[in-house]
Parts: sequence; C-alpha cells; structure tokens
Amino acid sequence: MQPDKQNANLRIAALVSVGKHPGSGRARRAEQDARAVEMGLAMAPQGLEVLHAGDPHAEALRAYAGMGLKKLRILQQGENADAVPALSQYLSETKPDIVLTGVRAESGESSGMMAYLLGEKLGMPVVTRIAEIVSIDNGQANLLQALPRGQRRALRVPLPFVASVDMAAATPRQSAFGPASRAEMEAKAADVEVLDEVQASWSEAPARKRPKRLKVVKAKTAADRFKAATAKSSGDGGKVLRDKPASEMAQAVFDLLLEEGVIR
Amino acid sequence: MSDEIIRRDPRAEWIARNRLHPLHDAMQQAGAAETRGPSGLIRRNPHAVGFIGPNGIKRIDRMNGNGPAVGGRRSAGAAKEVELPLHKVENPDYYVVVVPDMVGGRLSGHDRDVIGQAHKLIREGEGAGAVLAVVFGEHREEAFDKAGVDRLLNITGEAYEGYTPELRVAALEQVEKEYAPKYWLLPDSVAAGFEIGCRLAARIGERPATQAWQVSSDEAICRGAGGTTDITRKTPRLMLLAEECAEPIDETRHEVLPLELETSVSVQAVIQDCGQVAVDPNAIPLGEAEFILSAGNGVTDWNQFHQAAEALGATEGASRVAVDDGNMPRFRQVGATGTWVTARVYVAVGISGAVQHLQGIGQCDKVIAINTDVGCDMVKRAALSCIADSGEVMAELIRLANAYRQEVVENAA
Ligand SMILES: Cc1cc2nc3c(=O)[nH]c(=O)nc-3n(C[C@H](O)[C@H](O)[C@H](O)COP(=O)(O)OP(=O)(O)OC[C@H]3O[C@@H](n4cnc5c(N)ncnc54)[C@H](O)[C@@H]3O)c2cc1C
Repeated sequence: MQPDKQNANLRIAALVSVGKHPGSGRARRAEQDARAVEMGLAMAPQGLEVLHAGDPHAEALRAYAGMGLKKLRILQQGENADAVPALSQYLSETKPDIVLTGVRAESGESSGMMAYLLGEKLGMPVVTRIAEIVSIDNGQANLLQALPRGQRRALRVPLPFVASVDMAAATPRQSAFGPASRAEMEAKAADVEVLDEVQASWSEAPARKRPKRLKVVKAKTAADRFKAATAKSSGDGGKVLRDKPASEMAQAVFDLLLEEGVIR
Repeated sequence: MSDEIIRRDPRAEWIARNRLHPLHDAMQQAGAAETRGPSGLIRRNPHAVGFIGPNGIKRIDRMNGNGPAVGGRRSAGAAKEVELPLHKVENPDYYVVVVPDMVGGRLSGHDRDVIGQAHKLIREGEGAGAVLAVVFGEHREEAFDKAGVDRLLNITGEAYEGYTPELRVAALEQVEKEYAPKYWLLPDSVAAGFEIGCRLAARIGERPATQAWQVSSDEAICRGAGGTTDITRKTPRLMLLAEECAEPIDETRHEVLPLELETSVSVQAVIQDCGQVAVDPNAIPLGEAEFILSAGNGVTDWNQFHQAAEALGATEGASRVAVDDGNMPRFRQVGATGTWVTARVYVAVGISGAVQHLQGIGQCDKVIAINTDVGCDMVKRAALSCIADSGEVMAELIRLANAYRQEVVENAA
C-alpha cells in the first residue's frame, strides 16, 4: 500500500464475480476480480464500490468483503440473467471514474466480453490487462499494461475508463473471516433483468480432454517414412567456435543476440 | 531420394547388358564394385562402391544400387522443392475473414491453425468461399500462400504501428461493411487476437464463441468457466479460436491476391501508447522470461556473471550444481527439478547439459553454449557454441554490451 497513490476524490467500481477453483470446482473469490478489488483499495479506499450482479446470498462474495470492505453492492437477479444490462444501467447512473473487471471470469461462459460490452454501452474507452495504475493527473490515468513474457507497456487514458485487471497486478490481500461476516450486503433488485436466451440453448459438460496433435508424416515412399521415423529430432549440432580469441567468439554471440532482438 | 530425377543413359545401359560389346569392359571397369579376377574369383573393389554425395562424403545407396549404376546419373539439381497445387477461388461467393496476430510480423502457429479452420468451414459449407486475411502494419511473412491465404488485405500506415486497438477495430468494422464476411475468425491469444476479437464483437454486436476448439459449420465446442467446462453451441459468426483448433494448410498453395479497403478509416484514439517500459529482467518469472543467461559449475567469478546478466538485460538462471553450491538461489534453478523455461534465447555458461537440465530447456528456440568442453551435451544441443573459458567470454560480452548501449545513447542524443 502506497498512501501517496491514494486519491480521495476518485470513484472506482470493481465488478466481482463468483470464482471457481480449477481443481476442486468450489466457489471462491475469483483471482482476477480480487486483484481488481485490491487495486481499487490501493487507489481509493473511500471511493471504492464493489459491485456484483446476481445472487446476494452467494457465500463466495463474503471473501471479497473480508478484504476490508464495509459493504458490497449487489444487483439481485436470477441465475440465467445477463449481467451486462443490469450493470451498465447501474453504472450509467453512478458514473464512476474507473470501472475495474477481471480479464475472464472463472465460471460461466468466461468469454471475457464484459469489459468491452460495458465500454461500448457506457461509451468509455476500454483498456485490457492492466497490471498497475501508476498515477492520475489532469483527468488522465497512466497505466501499465501486462504483455506476455513479463513485459509492460505504458498507456495513458482519459477518465472515465473501463479496465480489465491482469494476473500480473499486485496479489490481493488475504480475506479475513470476521470482517467478511460483518460486512453489509446491500442488495436491491436490478432495474433491468434480461434473460440470456442464447445461453439457454447451449449444452454444458465437464471439459473433455483434448486430443494431442499427432505429428503426421505425409511421406510418399517407405524410404521417406523410414527416414522421418528414425530422424533425430533437431539438434543436428550448431556452429561451434573454437581456438579463436575470446573477443571474436563474444562478438559472434552478441551478434546472434542482436539478431534475435533480445538486447534492448 | 524419390524426388530426384534420374537421368537414364540408354546407350550406356545397353552396353552394360551386352557383354560382347567392345566398350563393355571399359565401361564396367569405371564404376565396377565387383569384377571377376584372373582366377575366376569375384573381386570386390570397395573404392568403387557408392558415389560422392553433395557435401563431399561418400554415400552408399543400398536401395537403387543393386548393380553398378552405369546408366543412371543423378541430376545435379537434387532435392528440388515440390510445387504444391495452386488452390484458386475466382469469384468468391463469400469471405471468411481471419485476423492473424502476426507476432514479430510473421504468422504464428496459432494463426496457421486459425486459417486451417477457415478452410475447414469453407469445405463444409456450400459455395466457393475465400479466406481473407487482414494484416495490420508492415509484415515480414513470405509464405502467406502456403499458409492458405486466398486474399490479403494489408492495411498499412504509420498510424497502425504500435498498440492501436481502436484504429484496428475501426478498420475491421469497415471490412465488415464492405465485405460482409460469413465468419470472423481470430486466434484467442494473449498477443492480440483476444482483445481485437472482443472489441470487434462488442462493436458489431456479435456474440462470439471464445476458446473454441472444435468447430464445424453448425456446432462449436468452446471451453468455458476458466477451461473447466465444454460449452456446445451453434456456430456463431465471430469466433475466437483456441490453439490447435484445426490442422494448418500444408498441401496447397493459395493465391494471396491483394485487396484494399475502399474508404480509409480514421478515429480519434483516446488510448495513448507510451511505449514499452523497461522491466527489471530479474523480476520476470523464470518460466516466462524471454532471454535467460544461465550459469553452471563452469562459472567461477559470480560477480562477473551477475554483471554480465545485467549488462545484457537477461534474466538469470542456474544449473542445479550452481544452486546446490549456494551460488544461486533455489528459484533460479532450471531443469527437471527446477523451472521449465520457455525462453527464446538461452545462454548456458559452463553447463554440461545433463538430461535433467536439458529437459528444462526443451522449449527454448536458440541455445548458446559457452563451455571449455567440446564433447559435452550442451554443445550438441546449442545452435552456437563457444569453446572457451567462461570468464573471458563473459568479460568480452560485458564490454560489447556496454559499448552497444553507449552507441545507442550517442545516436539518440
Ligand atoms: C534427480 C535429479 C534431478 C536433477 N535435476 C536437475 C535440475 O532440475 N536442473 C539441473 O540443472 N540439474 C539437475 N540435476 C543435476 C544434473 O544431473 C547435473 O548434475 C547438473 O545439471 C550439472 O550441472 P552443471 O552442468 O552446472 O555442472 P557440471 O556437470 O560440473 O558441468 C560444468 C561444465 O562447465 C564446463 N566448464 C568448467 N570450467 C569452465 C570454464 N572455466 N569455462 C567454461 N566452461 C567451463 C565443464 O566443461 C562442464 O561442461 C538433477 C540430478 C538428479 C539426480
């Protein structure tokens, strides 16, 4: 926690969902959503509103409250209702500066569309996979976006915006049982409830194991097939430099590194 | 090899068959492995067996060589690449649009799978469809034809360089208007496909199938709930496909006819790209790092090793011996009992290449070995090996890296 980062006037809405443990399948706080809450708590502990659309009695929601929240706002709606209309309706009334979501939910369709649909509905820019909100000045936010291989990209976006929080963001604080059970679950029926009809026509089953792709050898003759079956896998020996001054060898290594583009 | 053209010399063959021919003896003598000696015994001439291969090494071809190859002379231009049949779509009834990631300006394996899926959908449906690939910015791909691209829409311009999702989606929206594709297919990848696909779906109001891994023209199976369930649904128009969703194209060539957008797009982008940030390479988890400098028992000067890693901007790794000796922390260990790394470039300094270590670097692209022993397994694995003392080479590498940095700074100033 860096107090200098906190901004008293900033209003953040963190959208949370009920997660699912990949191994046991038990309901839990979703990892990315918890990171969004953590980011919100670090930026604006006063102005943070944690929002969920769905069942207010879900036990997993208490795990978010246990991170030190006084209350959770819940837009109550049925199990098969679409969360986007309810949330966008609510958010267009409260007009937060920043809306934080996870990249992909751990349960349900987990399409990752939530942030984009909200952005489109609310007319806010959407930033994907942020790792950190560095600072906010003059109505603009400086963000760090997580790229593959641990790289980061700096972005600048005007408020208000929607952002999805990557796993690279700061790990969420632990959830404490006492505060979790004391927190207030402020539920009210969602203003709009749209049934997700498309989803009703889907069938869902536990994930099947995907077949591994086989290396099919398309050889015309037996000799080619034999060669393909017995050929050593790669590693046919590379270039070997020896009996040369160290500087020359190092130059060769360095040239290769430059060529591969790993020297920045 | 089967695809080599064997040029026959009928006259020589005929002479070889006709033992009474005046030239028969001379001809046979030239390439004969077996001759009848003066006493009537068969004499083998081992020097006459086989032929000299292209790299100057003698080859014995035991498949064709049942007899002296008198007539058959191998053509000089051996190992010619086979020309794949060209798949043509003259007037496509519809388009299937693919937006490849083009990581590093080239088609990735995932992109090829997605193009393969596009062709699968075309084969299953009626009418002649064409695969249209939309590529942003400059690319370095040369084999679009072999990957299965029928039409290529390359949208270039300075505005498309860097991170410009808003502009790209606006361009794709224009593609939607002009070409009204039957399907939109994108790779569901961290690189770009997922983001662009979701943005496009939200913009054009399509509900995408995400992480789709088995798609036919009427049904798509997608991974849901963080990969723990399979959702079977009707195939939508826009799909984000998982890796290995279909076999890539490998038996045909395609036309790659260039297309263009009629109207150019421009948007007021609100997301501003401030460029990549320098990250501390040692803060990157070892399993994700792109460039690793790894030390083994052959490293003696550990300060120098850390300096080298810093100068090169590499993430540090170590072999088990280096860790057991207390020179490196445990979480730096690469290998079977350590981390399985995925680095693109892996520099092994003084590592012998025990199997347990080689397992851990199985996925690395380019391995560079610095070792005093030519015979060690790491040198066999490496693309480039330096047979020298690790200390000397690292000292030179530090010097080179610093000189390079200096030069960059001077050029920038
Ligand atoms: C169950 C089990 C699990 C294991 N798991 C792992 C694992 O996960 N990861 C792992 O790394 N190991 C693992 N090992 C250990 C592994 O078998 C090897 O012992 C170890 O990898 C060897 O480390 P090394 O290459 O650094 O050392 P060595 O084998 O001692 O090799 C040192 C190399 O440095 C070279 N050298 C020496 N001096 C210099 C110099 N001045 N300049 C340049 N080169 C020099 C030598 O030629 C030699 O090739 C495991 C072993 C077991 C039994």
